[in-house]
Amino acid sequence: MTDLVKTRTVESAGALSREAKIEMLRKMWLIRAFEEKAEELYALGKVHGTMHLSIGQEASAVGAVAALRPDDYMLSTHRGHGHCLAKGAEPRRMMAEFLGKVTGYCRGRGGSMHIADVNSGNLGANGVVAGGVPIAVGVGLGIQMQRSDRVVLCFFGDGAVHEGAFHEALNLASLWRLPVIFLCENNQYAMSLATTRALAVPQIAQHAASYAMPGSQVDGNDVLVVYEATSQALQRARGGEGPSLIEAVTYRWRGHSKSDRQLYRSREEIEAWKAKDPIQRFTQRLETEGTLQKGEASRLEAAARKAIEEAVLFAEESPEPTLEEILQGVYA
Amino acid sequence: MREITYQDAIREALRLAMQRDERVFLLGEDIGLYGGAFGVTLGLLEEFGPERVRDTPISELTITGTAVGAALIGMRPVLEYMFMDFSSLGMEQLVNQAAKIHFMLGDQLSVPMVVRAPAGSGTGAAAQHSQSLEAWFAHIPGLKVVMPSTPYDAKGLLLASIEDPNPVFFVEHKLLYRLKGEVPEEYYTIPLGHADVKREGRDVTIIATSLMVHRALNAAARLAEEGIEAEVVDPRTLKPLDDETLIASATKTGKVVIVYEAYKTGGIGAEIAARLVESEAFDYLDAPIIRLGGLDAPIPYNRTLEHHAVPQEETILDAVRRVVKGKV
Repeated sequence: MTDLVKTRTVESAGALSREAKIEMLRKMWLIRAFEEKAEELYALGKVHGTMHLSIGQEASAVGAVAALRPDDYMLSTHRGHGHCLAKGAEPRRMMAEFLGKVTGYCRGRGGSMHIADVNSGNLGANGVVAGGVPIAVGVGLGIQMQRSDRVVLCFFGDGAVHEGAFHEALNLASLWRLPVIFLCENNQYAMSLATTRALAVPQIAQHAASYAMPGSQVDGNDVLVVYEATSQALQRARGGEGPSLIEAVTYRWRGHSKSDRQLYRSREEIEAWKAKDPIQRFTQRLETEGTLQKGEASRLEAAARKAIEEAVLFAEESPEPTLEEILQGVYA
Repeated sequence: MREITYQDAIREALRLAMQRDERVFLLGEDIGLYGGAFGVTLGLLEEFGPERVRDTPISELTITGTAVGAALIGMRPVLEYMFMDFSSLGMEQLVNQAAKIHFMLGDQLSVPMVVRAPAGSGTGAAAQHSQSLEAWFAHIPGLKVVMPSTPYDAKGLLLASIEDPNPVFFVEHKLLYRLKGEVPEEYYTIPLGHADVKREGRDVTIIATSLMVHRALNAAARLAEEGIEAEVVDPRTLKPLDDETLIASATKTGKVVIVYEAYKTGGIGAEIAARLVESEAFDYLDAPIIRLGGLDAPIPYNRTLEHHAVPQEETILDAVRRVVKGKV
């Protein structure tokens, strides 16, 4: 049966060192600063394509990835900047990609939706809703056949649950007991369509029951809760017991993409979720428990913003790809 | 040399690849004990076990994605679609994922996977089990498309496809599975992108794919009795296409008939014809290029209708005679 965890006592998160917690907050600020800067560059006309911002969702990216080992794999989504940064991508090479520069992760060929960083185990963000979910099954199978104890963390959104790919993939991963963590960031809207208007069973974690795997619904704006849920799923996956489904309930502050006029949700709703800012919540928690001294949080923010400024400088000074690049790389 | 069937040649290629490289594994529907819908993988489960010969649920989209994911981390999956028609269900993973990943992610990752599928009509399986959809895949940058016509080519091209670091769609033909031909026992590869002149001739070039190669060869034998020497060229790989060999033959004979089983409109014959007229061969052409493709209709069930829906030996004979006698 599905185990609906909700927000509950954090266990293994309690064993996190002070440094690990501060690193989590640092990553959250890095993501926030990166995306706010990317949005600014977009407004200035410096970013050619669209972008899908995850501002407000930093806890699910950082909490889940923090539980992984560096050599674990990750697959991300079109709203994946946070996942990539959390897994270890360099902001400057991501920013260079946004500006279409040859120093970017994809040599300027992929843009915001396609950041991959093989060195950090990031096998790629994906422009197709649920595109990465069947791929995660294959990565899990490869890990199993290679007799490795790695795990693959597969992010997707609530929109992916509309797709047949989600259901096929969960079935197969469970059938073959593959080391996959299916992590759904339920930000409650697939573009404009609310989960309640798209899914007969909008409690996404409950779908796990159909595929004989544990499913947990957690507060996706609480970084430690996400860390804890992911740690449990990791333990299961590494132990050869198979996949898990985690539904991290969260909210995107910005529109779906840059074309969004936000006709489908109210200002009040957005403001109510901004009051649950995962960064502020985590900061308060760390300050309350004495992990963080007053003023340290603002120094982390300032450092993140400075790092992003340096990333922008690198990106702006980087060369454009040459025209020959169009036909290069089509085949390996 | 010993003779084996086209399907035995494919099975032998799979066996040799799996013996040689432990990263190679098979997945698909009913490919284990059942041996696949056409028996191509019969016996491989016993030899390699269920981990490397994996029966999958009927989830084409996800098993395609499974091949993509495994390939991304260094495995060499060979996926079987029970019928080429069902590639439509895996299209997202083939077209948006497998084909794009190397380019789109800046050369960081490659997708060394092979998809095998039986195509073609002639079995009475009607509209959803008889299509030849190779042009769809030849259209997509990042994919390679291989379409062998003989047991020898099938083995060597399949081994080359498995070695290739890119996603390869390997198109088999149901009516060729029982065809026998000479096949060496050892491991050998035929490089992708090389056409083969199956019969030399000076009067007319017949460019044919898959099963149509044999109908063209039969037609050529009868034409020889009439004093018409037809050259039969099999591209073997549709992507990359061996322009050089095709252009050289067209330049030599000055007359071209292209024969393919797929729906005529937008089929690979259209691409070949266009490449020939764009090339230096244009100046040597004495007649319009003729395309003989399948009718632009779903494959019908009725035996007579099915027969007439795709090019036959007689169709080829008629077309070649007209071209050679200047009646087109």
